Amino acid sequence: MKGCDYYKPETVGDASRLMASLDGARYIAGGTDVMVLIKQKKLSPAHLISLRNIRELSLLDTSDGLSIGSGVTHSRIVRDAWIRDRYSALVDATQKIGSPQVRNVATVAGNICNAAPSADTACPLLVLDAKIRIAGKKGERIVAIEDFFLGPNRTILEQGEIVTAIAIPKLDENSGSAYIKHTRRKAMELPLVGIAARITLDAADRAPGWKESLRNAPNAEALPGMLEAAGIVCRDVRIAMGVVSPKPMRARKAEAALEGKVVSEALLDEIGALAASESQPRDSFRGEAWYRKDMVQVLVRRAVLMSIERIVNA
Amino acid sequence: MKKEIEFMLNEEKVIVEVEPHWTLLHLLRETLELTGAKEGCGVGECGACTVIVEGDAVNSCLYPVMEIEGKTVTTIEGLAKPDGTLHPLQQSFIENNGVQCGYCTSGMIMSAKALLDKNADPTENEIRTSISGNICRCTGYVQIVESIKHAAGSMKNTQAAQNGK
Ligand SMILES: Cc1cc2nc3c(=O)[nH]c(=O)nc-3n(C[C@H](O)[C@H](O)[C@H](O)COP(=O)(O)OP(=O)(O)OC[C@H]3O[C@@H](n4cnc5c(N)ncnc54)[C@H](O)[C@@H]3O)c2cc1C
Ligand code: FES
Ligand code: FES
Repeated sequence: MKGCDYYKPETVGDASRLMASLDGARYIAGGTDVMVLIKQKKLSPAHLISLRNIRELSLLDTSDGLSIGSGVTHSRIVRDAWIRDRYSALVDATQKIGSPQVRNVATVAGNICNAAPSADTACPLLVLDAKIRIAGKKGERIVAIEDFFLGPNRTILEQGEIVTAIAIPKLDENSGSAYIKHTRRKAMELPLVGIAARITLDAADRAPGWKESLRNAPNAEALPGMLEAAGIVCRDVRIAMGVVSPKPMRARKAEAALEGKVVSEALLDEIGALAASESQPRDSFRGEAWYRKDMVQVLVRRAVLMSIERIVNA
Repeated sequence: MKKEIEFMLNEEKVIVEVEPHWTLLHLLRETLELTGAKEGCGVGECGACTVIVEGDAVNSCLYPVMEIEGKTVTTIEGLAKPDGTLHPLQQSFIENNGVQCGYCTSGMIMSAKALLDKNADPTENEIRTSISGNICRCTGYVQIVESIKHAAGSMKNTQAAQNGK
């Protein structure tokens, strides 16, 4: 690694002023993407501006929904039982990123700013309707996660802008979410496909005890039949897919097909097929396109059922 | 342009001059001559460089040296007592054949130590997760997991004996 200066500002303002005054500077958070790129000589910044010593960025605020400061590491999300209960998909993702060593320093914000098509937190944040808070020369702006990604390693961030926090709204009490990272190994691997889902079960006309009766499903395969018999309608359906297009995407057609409907075997097959038709995977050394498409079909169904299981078991 | 930094290394205060672009691993191996932490891949994949910073296992090959200012760092060299008595994890790796070529061993032990410091009674699954970022090309991992299990057991016994006094 060739010589480069290292700055440790303590406020967001100081960090952006430094960025504006230095040529060829780069922000560094956990450094698990930046340091790798530098060592592989794909990046050679003249200056690194560390965001690790800015106190306000390390806040996890649960007073209104969830606000994840951009300095929050994956490990902090994994350890948090409150987040696990409410925003399960995000915990599914963060607990499988890299290794403990990586999760202890790498940030959720760094994951989306790096914007790899395989970024594991992207799909959960898409289904959880996350908003990105960004500070820049012109003040603050807030951007929906769906508009944040432009393509592989490209985001809407303009020169010098800093992500300060990721805000996730409060969800309905009867909501559940899940993220499935499809890999060949149990750890230390990027996903071949990543699928996230979020569902709300409409409990408006339900008698007390409706959840308990669904909890007795003998196995996951029995659940669709039981849901169909109970006639419970799905709302606020969100399905997101990673690694199957240049940027993480929502499966809008699949979402629309389930919205306001009662889950059934046939409908699960239909939304799986719709999501697969919306995906545009490529062949790569890690997996072929046809296989990725097949897995989208299987995993969309699984992620929807997992989300529902979490609602009834809560 | 060298800068002076100060931090706690294996319970001793260290003041040292560094180049701002160095990694913690570079400082440990090349300047401080602590060669227990190894450089395998240099990019976070193998865990041979694992050390503990502020209680957490990290890849020292990716850790910017400037970030250790004021922090507490523990390396494999800080585990044995000054009289040479080995740490229970070190002893257990020897007794349970957790070491073959030894290249991964200091990283494995540091990952395991970070786990046991927080969780004295881990499940096998928690042990396996704790070393999921450490690659071993020799042992097949079974003896490593056994070594960590036995170390946890003997540390608990020592603790119980001390409490019983
Ligand atoms: C061994 C290994 C395994 C990995 N496994 C996975 C995995 O399984 N899944 C996965 O998704 N990723 C994985 N990664 C990639 C990486 O760890 C994640 O993307 C991580 O979340 C990046 O966070 P960071 O804080 O380390 O980012 P950094 O490397 O510090 O920064 C990443 C990029 O974002 C910019 N940036 C960071 N923070 C901000 C901010 N607040 N505002 C503006 N710009 C910012 C930086 O300038 C840089 O361009 C792995 C990496 C390694 C080394
Ligand atoms: S040398 Fe640091 S992880 Fe391989
Ligand atoms: S003992 Fe040789 S790599 Fe683990």
